[in-house]
Amino acid sequence: MEKKITLTIDGREILAKPGQTILECATSMGIFIPTLCHYENTTNVGACRVCVVEVEKARSLVASCCMPISPGMVVRTNTPAVRAAQKMIVELLWSSGDHNCLTCEQNGQCELQNLVYWLKIDKPRFNIEPPGFAPDDSNTMIHRDLNKCVLCGRCIRACNEIQVNEVLDFSMRGSHAKVGPAFDENYINSSCVFCGECLQVCPTGAITYKQAKFAGRPWELNKVRTTCTYCGVGCQMDLFIKDNQIVKVMGNRDYGPPNEGSLCVKGRFGMDFISHPDRLKKPLIRRNKNEELQEATWDEAYTFIADKLSAVKKAYGPDCIAGLASARCTNEENYLFQKFLRAAIGTNNVDHCARL
Amino acid sequence: MAGLAATFGSGAMTNSIDELEYTDLILATGTNTTENHPVIGMKIKRAVKQQGTKLIVIDPREIDLVKYAEIWLRQKPGTDVAVFNGLMNVIISEGLYAKKYVEERTEGFDALKTTVEKYTPEYVEKISGVPAEDLQKAARMYAKANRASIIYAMGITQHISGTDNVKSTANLSMLCGNVGIEGGGVNPLRGQNNVQGACDMGALPNVYPAYQQVSNEDSRKKFETAWGATLSSKPGMTLMEIMAASGSGAIKALYIMGENPMLSDPDLHHVKKELQNLDLLIVQDIFLTETAQIADVVLPVTGFAEKDGTFTNTERRVQRVRKALEPPGEAKTDWEVICGLAGKMGYPMQYSSAQQIFEEITSVTPSYAGITYRRIEKEGLQWPCPTHEHKGTKFLHKDRFSRGLGLFTAIEFMPPNELPDKEYPFLLSTGRVLYHYHTGTMTTRAQGPSERCPESLVEINPADAEKLGISDGQLVKVTSRRGTLEAKSRITTKSAPGSIFMNFHFTQAPVNILTNPALDPTGKIPEYKVCAVKLEAA
Repeated sequence: MEKKITLTIDGREILAKPGQTILECATSMGIFIPTLCHYENTTNVGACRVCVVEVEKARSLVASCCMPISPGMVVRTNTPAVRAAQKMIVELLWSSGDHNCLTCEQNGQCELQNLVYWLKIDKPRFNIEPPGFAPDDSNTMIHRDLNKCVLCGRCIRACNEIQVNEVLDFSMRGSHAKVGPAFDENYINSSCVFCGECLQVCPTGAITYKQAKFAGRPWELNKVRTTCTYCGVGCQMDLFIKDNQIVKVMGNRDYGPPNEGSLCVKGRFGMDFISHPDRLKKPLIRRNKNEELQEATWDEAYTFIADKLSAVKKAYGPDCIAGLASARCTNEENYLFQKFLRAAIGTNNVDHCARL
Repeated sequence: MAGLAATFGSGAMTNSIDELEYTDLILATGTNTTENHPVIGMKIKRAVKQQGTKLIVIDPREIDLVKYAEIWLRQKPGTDVAVFNGLMNVIISEGLYAKKYVEERTEGFDALKTTVEKYTPEYVEKISGVPAEDLQKAARMYAKANRASIIYAMGITQHISGTDNVKSTANLSMLCGNVGIEGGGVNPLRGQNNVQGACDMGALPNVYPAYQQVSNEDSRKKFETAWGATLSSKPGMTLMEIMAASGSGAIKALYIMGENPMLSDPDLHHVKKELQNLDLLIVQDIFLTETAQIADVVLPVTGFAEKDGTFTNTERRVQRVRKALEPPGEAKTDWEVICGLAGKMGYPMQYSSAQQIFEEITSVTPSYAGITYRRIEKEGLQWPCPTHEHKGTKFLHKDRFSRGLGLFTAIEFMPPNELPDKEYPFLLSTGRVLYHYHTGTMTTRAQGPSERCPESLVEINPADAEKLGISDGQLVKVTSRRGTLEAKSRITTKSAPGSIFMNFHFTQAPVNILTNPALDPTGKIPEYKVCAVKLEAA
């Protein structure tokens, strides 16, 4: 039998499992508590304090993402003290970074921006003093601007707890604190394997998809979910499209298997080929063995092939024709390909590169 | 796949990817998972770091997973059968095997027992170089785990003993009662997005969709009725046989859809001659690949983001592929091209969408019968999924193997086809690296991955490099009996002394001009993991 305990959040009673956090209970009741550093499937660290709530008889406000529930607990998520604390935290974060939404790629999907708006803050009470870090522009995949970092540590937990690549960590102390690879290296010179999990979890514009810079605003992009074309894992991914180009690729976290939203370097950053100028655009025919390949119409190509295949079949029999299907193509295409060879040609000479 | 099909009756990953994260022990062999299946690699690392899962790695290369392993057995390439027989020798002689399971669910145990008797840890050490003590430790650890999963990839299959290697992994797994349980099993990690699907769809010379034999009269009649055509009962040729027959003139016309044998097949000098000997070579691809360049007809087709359809992943999960982009120029989907050709050949194939083709697939493919586009709109389904109510199958062989009883195969160790000698003193293995994919057609055209890994590197052990006076990054010349090439060196302990490793992604250093086309007699897989070469500073 599962044990349950009772507590009250915003005047409503709830039965919950011991060990759950206040945040988890509130979320399950449909009560919104803002968060920033919190991220599913990683350790709750309580770094940002945006999720603070009032708990009766507690000495001070508590971070709801870390506080386990206890029997009879009375929680309030929406009081003047809570809101004042949240505003203070967000204003401090805002003023200690270079949060320029005009050119920021996260504009429209930035969690800090959303918090500022939700808390109805016009301007921070403090002078804006960005730390003045030089951006990491060392590679064409991941762009880092630590002036927009809120030190939530999500990227560190994503790197260490989700991907277990163990590249990122905090360095320095106090107001000099920052995140990054060992010895303050840029990404390209570090042991980073460019899975891009860090940019997927970053709540602000500190770590972004480099090639997406100036390639389209979030609301201009059309999202299409599909299956990755590389290895056999079959990761579910979202392609973000604008003007018939892939602007960026993100893992799909809407459901579980097989990748729960994670990707690798090939899936996330290896899609340039699809819009490459080298792509074949017209059928090509070499009419005689010593000639060059020349452009042709589809009908010419079909006729050329059909004539030749029929002649070979007639002269030598169907087993002198063979086909190689493809582990890269869809099931539908492989099915039709073998059907074509078996039913239209009359041979079982069909294989593909499973063995290579 | 032939190995697993013979042993269990079904040639596919027995269990699911997410089970790896929660099992008690993972034995990874011949898989450089963190580079070739990075998201599975991630789950293995999480299992070790966060779930207390034990990891045994059996691999000649010091791959990343070795860092996470409790035991690493570094065998000489091509000695896998000896190592597995050795593990089973220890498990049987110490009475650690699953006696009840072996008795009730398997056959052929006595022959296995007799064969592995001589593979004592000391004997195996002589063959494989794996210290007897480590072998014993690994055997005990595997046998004592409640649930243990074996994962493997091309490091097991790309040998002349590939099928034997696979059967050996299956032997070990059954011996300890690990097949047919959650978190257990024998799990081949498929290297290409839809290799599983291409096999399921019957893109194989001996079977129709769902592995129904072409030589079986009932199956043939079923497909003759479904397709309205007379079908041949003679199993066709495998890829390597097709290539050889092209060279000899037995095959006159070859139709290649989305493959690049001019970079992926062994002994490339030969491949080119074979392909040029054809009367007609048709290549259907997204780029003018090395193979397309010598074709008579090249047909432009759509890439994965430009079409609808399904891929079946390594854990048998059928998932949707969706059109996100318009294709360039006049490129068509592969299925439209096939239908266009079929029409001209006097066998009309007419479909209005990929979905309509899928509906036909499910009508002739029992394991896919219950799958519809609607059901997999959000989440893919794992076959077998025989009815519309069936929820798909997370792991196979639960109470019964597909073939009835699991079959133990007694296997003797057989050395690789071409081992180093005086003239060619180094052993070359080939494979992939994290940043690239197969023949590089796609990834070498991607800016990011190419920036991280712009060229092929020859991985050489520091001791060998010192002996030959080769420094890191220096151009070296690698020569086998079949060809020679140059590439930069990378000095690393990842390679064992006497062994070197190269990838096959780059046309500038096409490693398959060196490789040995010797084949596994059953699986017809070339021995990419072992050939003899000499190495010198260029």
